[in-house]
Amino acid sequence: MPCIEARGLHKTFGATIALDGIDLTVEEGRILGIVGPNGAGKSTALHAILGLIAYQGDLKVLGRDPRTERDLLMRDVAFIADVAVLPRWMRVSQMLDYVAGVHPRFDRAKAESFLAKTDVRRTHLIRELSKGMVAQLHLALVLAVDAKLLVLDEPTLGLDILARKKFYDSLLSDYFDHTRTIVVTTNQIDEIQDVLTDFIFVNRGRIVLECSMEAFASRYLEVMVHPDRLAAARTLQPIHERQVFGRAVLLFEHLGPEELAALGDVRTPSIADVFVAVMGGAAGEPQGAAR
Amino acid sequence: MNTELRVVPESLTDSQTVAAAATSRTRPLFWSVRRELWENRSIWIAPLITAGVILFGFAIAAIDFPQRRRATLLLDPALQPARIQLPYDVAMYMIMLTALLLWLFYCLDALYGERRDRSILFWKSLPVSDLTTVLSKVTIPLVVLPLVAFVVTVATQAALLLISNLVLGMNGLSPATEAQLPLLRSWPSLLYAWIAMTVWDAPFYGWLLLVSASARRAPILWAVVPLVAIAAIERIVFQTNYFVSFLEYRSVGWAAAAFASRPHQYLRMIDLLSPLTPGRFLMNPDLWIGLLVTAGFLAAAVRLRRYRAPL
Repeated sequence: MPCIEARGLHKTFGATIALDGIDLTVEEGRILGIVGPNGAGKSTALHAILGLIAYQGDLKVLGRDPRTERDLLMRDVAFIADVAVLPRWMRVSQMLDYVAGVHPRFDRAKAESFLAKTDVRRTHLIRELSKGMVAQLHLALVLAVDAKLLVLDEPTLGLDILARKKFYDSLLSDYFDHTRTIVVTTNQIDEIQDVLTDFIFVNRGRIVLECSMEAFASRYLEVMVHPDRLAAARTLQPIHERQVFGRAVLLFEHLGPEELAALGDVRTPSIADVFVAVMGGAAGEPQGAAR
Repeated sequence: MNTELRVVPESLTDSQTVAAAATSRTRPLFWSVRRELWENRSIWIAPLITAGVILFGFAIAAIDFPQRRRATLLLDPALQPARIQLPYDVAMYMIMLTALLLWLFYCLDALYGERRDRSILFWKSLPVSDLTTVLSKVTIPLVVLPLVAFVVTVATQAALLLISNLVLGMNGLSPATEAQLPLLRSWPSLLYAWIAMTVWDAPFYGWLLLVSASARRAPILWAVVPLVAIAAIERIVFQTNYFVSFLEYRSVGWAAAAFASRPHQYLRMIDLLSPLTPGRFLMNPDLWIGLLVTAGFLAAAVRLRRYRAPL
């Protein structure tokens, strides 16, 4: 049974089409990154998966219908919908008490041992914590839940680079064990490129590109072309061209390294480079891709 | 902490399985009510502050209390109880007013505040159903607030009695008699009055919770403006006041239904010493109609919470 199976997922907000027929299958044990410009429908898709909004189409998450079974689904799903949604009035100790009280799969000792490594104290009010500390607290709560699916919607938005790095390091070292599935949206795609097993590009409510990281390395190659080979390189129909330090960098799809080696230095591009190429910049660029 | 909720082995008896299932249903409700109390500490702090203000005022007024008591005792004996009971009544009505204000603001914010501060996205990440959440929120006006108000009223009146007897004793006056100050008889009636008022007024907090689940901004306006508009339109078009009378009946009608007689004095809503008529109160169809309407409002609030996005 796939972890997430969506067929023809549709959602409109008034006249705005947020999801325009999304078909998506996420198998167990994958780490899927959802990439797209702001307003592309990433969060809407996640909210549908989490049972937070109504939608049209077929959607099964861990075999359940998120519209009617959100509370049961949440025993096996953990999510961080946004930074800074933890209630500001609450005390850290109350938070631990409450989650331990309502969640059958919450391991309080695990959450506390994670928090012991941070500056978050049980006596703190959440409003007294810095943004990075709130993110650590939220991560501690989520990691202590023995969930099958973890959904992260911009989990590091607004955090500084150190806090972001810590967040993903903890996520990988303490959580991921190849039986759990993670779905993450972020604008800082470069920071999690090495973590992902799959990614999709979303634009205007549709999936524009779907690719596993294994396939990615052979499908896309980037060449920093010798100036004298530029004309030859351009005849091979690069999907994108940009200038780096006065030299042209061309991005090719479905061409082998042996064909490209003669043109210049060949390397695997970043997802952000491919994103810019595929989206053509027309739909706006994600922050991570803006160089 | 979480072991008892793990999947129970099949070898366990049915009763244990049923018990485990029941715990897993009531535990989220229990913790959600606790959560409400953590968040809304004013539920018990505000009545205590009111009580403190009353006691403070009474303690200051105690300076000429013996003189006033002597003057009271010169009055016709039939007029004496009302004079002697006055501070106790003031305490009761002040705490009642505090509770009603808390009740209004709590209900209006209950399902609105979590959308405004986006914390609903966190609450919904936990295995707590929308029904459990709404039930936990309705528990506050239905159970917690009446209970807090009753307990604080009794404690305040007992403290008033203690202070006045102390002052009277030091001035060689005897304490008020049971006939002059029938507190022990009025406390059970007060609890009964609180219960009657709470269930009779249920449609109002059902309405407020529904508005708080649906409003995108200014829930207080959404709650009040439609009622005022209906009353105003009726007044202008038909020159009648049926809607206002209806609202009045729906808010204070419980007193006439639950007690045998209404008080004679102006400003007093209930006569706690008049005989209780719980049978007549429970037989009143308007009580049950009101509770049905409340259930409808709450069901709508549960449905709204399911898909309402944060603001």
